[in-house]
This record gives sequence, structure tokens and C-alpha cells, in this order.
Amino acid sequence: MYRYDNYDQTLVNERVAQFRDQVNRRLAGELSDDEFKPLRLMNGLYLQLHAYMLRVAIPYGTLSSKQLRKLAHIGRRYDKGYGHFTTRQNIQYNWIKLEETADILAELAEVEMHAIQTSGNCIRNITADHFAGVAADEIEDPRIYSEIIRQWSTFHPEFSFLPRKFKVAVTGSPHDRAAVKVHDIGLRMIRNEAGEAGFEVLVGGGQGRTPVIAKSIRPFLPKRHLLSYLEAILRVYNQLGRRDNLYKARVKILVDAVGAAQFTQMVEEEWQHIRDGYLDLPAVEIERIRAYFAPPPYKRFDGAPAEYETQLRRDFLFARWVRTNVAAHKRPGYAIVTLSLKPTGGVPGDATDTQMDAVADLADRYSFGEIRVTHEQNLVLADVEQAVLFELWRKLEALNLAEPNVGLAGDIIACPGLDYCALANARSIPVAQQISKHFGDLTRLLDIGELKIKISGCINACGHHHVGHIGILGVDKHGQEFYQITLGGSADENASIGDIVGPAFGTEQVVGAVETIIDTYLNLRQGGERFLDAYRRVGLKPFKEKLYAAH
Amino acid sequence: MPLIKANGLVDDLWTHVKDEEQLPPDGAVIVTLARWQANRDQLLARPTPLGVRLRSDQAPSAIAGDIERFDVIALEFPKFTDGRAYSSARLLRERHGFRGELRAVGSVLRDQLAFMRRCGFDSFQIPDSADAAAWAGSLRGISVVYQPATDARTTAIAARHKPAPRREVEDDEEPAPKVVAAAVEVSYEPSQVCAGYWAY
Repeated sequence: MYRYDNYDQTLVNERVAQFRDQVNRRLAGELSDDEFKPLRLMNGLYLQLHAYMLRVAIPYGTLSSKQLRKLAHIGRRYDKGYGHFTTRQNIQYNWIKLEETADILAELAEVEMHAIQTSGNCIRNITADHFAGVAADEIEDPRIYSEIIRQWSTFHPEFSFLPRKFKVAVTGSPHDRAAVKVHDIGLRMIRNEAGEAGFEVLVGGGQGRTPVIAKSIRPFLPKRHLLSYLEAILRVYNQLGRRDNLYKARVKILVDAVGAAQFTQMVEEEWQHIRDGYLDLPAVEIERIRAYFAPPPYKRFDGAPAEYETQLRRDFLFARWVRTNVAAHKRPGYAIVTLSLKPTGGVPGDATDTQMDAVADLADRYSFGEIRVTHEQNLVLADVEQAVLFELWRKLEALNLAEPNVGLAGDIIACPGLDYCALANARSIPVAQQISKHFGDLTRLLDIGELKIKISGCINACGHHHVGHIGILGVDKHGQEFYQITLGGSADENASIGDIVGPAFGTEQVVGAVETIIDTYLNLRQGGERFLDAYRRVGLKPFKEKLYAAH
Repeated sequence: MPLIKANGLVDDLWTHVKDEEQLPPDGAVIVTLARWQANRDQLLARPTPLGVRLRSDQAPSAIAGDIERFDVIALEFPKFTDGRAYSSARLLRERHGFRGELRAVGSVLRDQLAFMRRCGFDSFQIPDSADAAAWAGSLRGISVVYQPATDARTTAIAARHKPAPRREVEDDEEPAPKVVAAAVEVSYEPSQVCAGYWAY
């Protein structure tokens, strides 16, 4: 993975000193709360319902074991012994003291981490495929380009006060695990007819109160133009994006207002002025960064070892875990393991300091010391030998990280909701816990098959409900929590926005409604049809009829 | 309101003239875009220096053909969150070739000065209560920059790939074997960036 050189380290160290000075000015009363607000918001420090929350950047979701141990330490030393992994591959600490934030940042800088641009109307953490580098269908490792974009966007002097926040995601594979179509900019690596790798550029995707699938504005962008093209998009947005209404300020609204064709033309026109200039990405820099993502020293295997096959036959529970939580690796004899942060009845995405320390040890022992954070709020060990899967599984079981539910109804995405968040209208976590408990029967989960349930506590959609196969949105009606349900959303390469089924459900009715939806699906599915495919075939009607039959 | 430049507090010799105000008979004035467009000939006939002030929703292209007429261009930040003037500043410097004084006015925060300077601003109107020396100190910002901007500072990429300085070979020294770089195409000329792309 990427390592800081002297330039990267100097920047982060100076940033810590700068922020320490800002906090000191606040604590000394030189800055009012209002004056301090924009400063802390440049650094991921939010004031929530009960305390400050600090969001730490995990660029493209990749962590070393050393970094994860530091995150565990911060949870233990400065928080209540845990952290929350987010849908943007970051980690949040919910119980932070203002006086200690600069010390936390200094500790993070020791392990090449920071909280720069994890909030504010700027270019946020760059996210990427959590199977980067190990997926068989990958064209190039998207983290190379994510790191290049991370550096270009860090303290960009022109784009630090955009109309609104700006999110960029990169996938190196045709199969999109990074949800690039619901980002402000989505980059998909593709090959042109000459076989050269480059990017398809998508703009204007997003969720929030106006969910939109991104529009493709350039079918092929050569790699060396990556930064000049991004700069052209951002410059057009910075000048023309709406600033009169917070809810209409994202780039998707601008793209919609002027039309994708006109927007494309504006970007291309701006780009003509700045292409082939000082923003040209030198091949030597691409190669410098590529070297950090070189494959680890894999052993050579011809295929799966015999003992692994035997273990699969002998141990039903192990086989079930492999079926859901282990994915195919591009190298023979290796596997990709997802550690579920969704124990039945638990809080999605939370990990204790003990768990984080233990995962760091497991990564050192079994996966070249590297960990990935997924936007679905799980962790990944990406390079595990099949021969040691059984041993690893037993250890994960002991840590409560082996819930065999990845990709199933128990693998719920949920935002922090009204339990923590000042913006929320309703609680998300208890709903996730109830659904998770209700569908705790693992045999039934497997029978239901692939199902992505996503829950947001408000219209800002941090829980990605618009792109859930089943999406649940908390709304406030006269001081009471209600939940609106959408069906048929998806965040992959065939992305779609879910359809609202009808009037919202009360807190006590949500689990029953999900149950009804799933029963309806089980009754009408054909063969091995997934929920999403069945929904796309039959549409909203049969679900709606069942859901509102009693009324 | 006090005005600072890189070296600290400076005297502000300019008068901002609002649209509803009478133009003073002489002295350096900064007028609005509207007045410039309405009274162009009258303004050009004055013997004293002239400046123009753009709101954040007024694009630099509105004065692109007249850049050399102005000694000062003032760009407004109506709120610190309105970042349009950063783009305007870069366009005025880099595309329209403005070499005069580029002044940040309005809601200017101490912790934004370094960004403004990188985008080509060189004077800053600061609040009356501000400690001018401390604010001028904030102009320096962080010593490493990742992206090229108007200030033409050497970026981390350029510094990383700067060719090593040449060394004279002593007579009795074996010349070092020529290192053939890996088969990568160098499509970048760091000196372009270092040499002050837009010297002004």
C-alpha cells in the first residue's frame, strides 16, 4: 500500500500544528464558536447531539495493520472503546473532547493518517473498490489513481469552498463494487479499442433528497489527462453550481439544470484551455505510486489444497461461512475474506478496540498486514491462503466477526441516525437491529439469498437507502418516527434508484413490512432469481398489494 | 478596513465607490462592474489609477478585453463559503493575463488567506480588529503543495521527479554507469512549473 514520503509527511505534520493553533485560539476565546465552525469542519470535527464526532479519512478504504492498531488505540484512549466504520470507507469516533483533537491528529500523523477534508464543501475522501488488486476482472488497481486524486485534491486552493461537498469514487473493474454511479464523479477504468487503459467519466450521481444516477460525460479519458479533466469539471461546478439553496447545490442539480450535453460541452471547453499543460500526469509519478500497490509476494499454488476441500465437506458451518463471506481471488490458492461487522442484533459498522487490535494481528498473520474497509461497512482481508481459511474462521468466530451474512438480509447498511446525528429525523440503528434479529435464522437468510437492506435516518441518505434492494428512510411526522420503504434500488454497474412503495410505516410496523416484502418475493421468485431480479421482472404492484392489503 | 500584503500592513490608497455615490474628482478609485460598463469613457478619461470590483456572480470574462485598463481588480467574498472568487482569480491571472493588484474583499477569514494567495490574490482586506502581523503570517500556509496553481510553487510531483543536479567527473574517476530509466515515458517538464509559469 501507499507510504508517505517526506512531502506527504511534512504536509500532515504541518496540518496538525495548524489545527492545534486553531483549537487553542478557540479554547482561549480568540475565536467564537461561529468562527471556529468552518475551521473544525475543514477537519472532520462535527458537533453532534452529545459530543464532538471526529471522522478520520481512510483513503480508498485501505489500512495497514499498524494503522488499524492506532485506530484501536484512539478508540480506547480518546473514545468509549470503539469506532464506527462508515459508508465512505472512513471511521468515526463519537465521543471526542475538543481539547484532545489535536493530540489525536498527531497520533494519526505518526501512522500516515489524517482527518483532512472529511467534512466541508470540498473534495472528500476518495473511495474505491474494496477488492482492488485482487479481483480477477480488474483492468488496473483503482487505488493508484485514487491516491493521485487524493493528493491533487488535498488543500486544493481553488476547490476548498465549493457549493457543496464533492465525492469521487473509482472502480478498476467492470463489476462495480464502489457505487461509482451515485457519486459526484465516478471513474470507471476501461480499455479503448487500441487496448489502452483509461477512464470513462461519469458526473452528477448522488443520493440525498434528489437521488440521481450519474451521466457519462466522456467515454474514454487517457490516464495522463486525469487531473486536468477533473480540474475542468470542478472549475465549471465551482463557478456555476447553485449557492442559494443548500439542497440544490450538488453538481447533480447543475447537470440536470443545464442538461448532460451542455454540461459536457462546458467541461470540454474549459478542458481545452488547461489540457496538455502543467496538470499533465507524468508517467513517472503513476509508476512511482503503482510500485506501492505491487502484488504481495504470493506463493505459487496450482489450486485449492486438498485439506481445504475436506474441511468444506466435513464442517457445515465452515462451508456456510465460506459460501457467504469468502470471495474468489485472482490467484489460485488464495481467497478474499470479508469480516462481517453485522453481528445479529448488533450496530452495523461498529468495531471495538479489542476487535480492531485482533484484526490487525490476523492481517499480519494471514494477509500481508493489510485490511480494507468496505462501503458496506465490513472489513476485508484480501489475500488469505485457502489452506488457512479454516484456522482463520475459528479465530474470527471467537471475535464475533464471522457472522455468515455478507450480502444477505443481515448485512444491513445503516447510518448513525438519531442516536448520534444532529441531522437525523429518526433512529436507524434500532431498526437495523430489529431486522437483523428478526432474520437471525441463518438457514432462512441463505434461502432468501442476496438482499441489500439499507437504512437512513434522514433524507441525506448516508445509509444509501435509495440504492438498497430494500431501502428504509426514517422520517419525522409530528414528532413521531416513521419509515418510508423503497424497493429495487441498486448501486452496482446496473445502478437504479428504488421506488417508494407507498405511505410510511410506524416504528413497530417496519419489521413486519420487510417480512411481507420478503414473503412476497419468496412466493413469486422463479428458480434461483435474486430479489432484485424478481423485483425488476414484476415491479412494485404485487409488493404494494400485500403491504397495504389490510388498509 | 486594513489592507495587508505578504509583508504585512500597507496603506490603502484606493477609494471604493458605490454605485449610488458620486465619483470623487480625482484619486484612485475602485468602481463596480456596472459603473465601469455604464461610464467607461468617463472613467478612462481620468488621469488617476482605476480599479474594478467584481461580485462573486460576475464572471471575469466580463472584463476580459479590458484587463490592462485596471491597476486593481477587487474580488468579493460575500460569505466565506462562497468560493467562486478563487476560480475568478485564477482565470484573471492565468487566462486573461492580469498583472496588477488582485485584492480579496468582503468576508475574508485568516485561515483562507493561504488558499487565496495560491490562486493569485496579492492583497487582502482584513477586519479592523485583526492582528495584521499574525494574519500576514497565515499567508504562508503549509509548505508542501500537491497541485499547481497561480503561484507557480513547485508541487510535490515536480519536486519528486526533479532531475538530480549534474556533477563534474574528476579525471581519475571512473564515469558512473549510465542508468537507463525504467521503460516509462517522461511526459513532464518540471522546470515549466518551477520557472514561474505566469510571472507577474
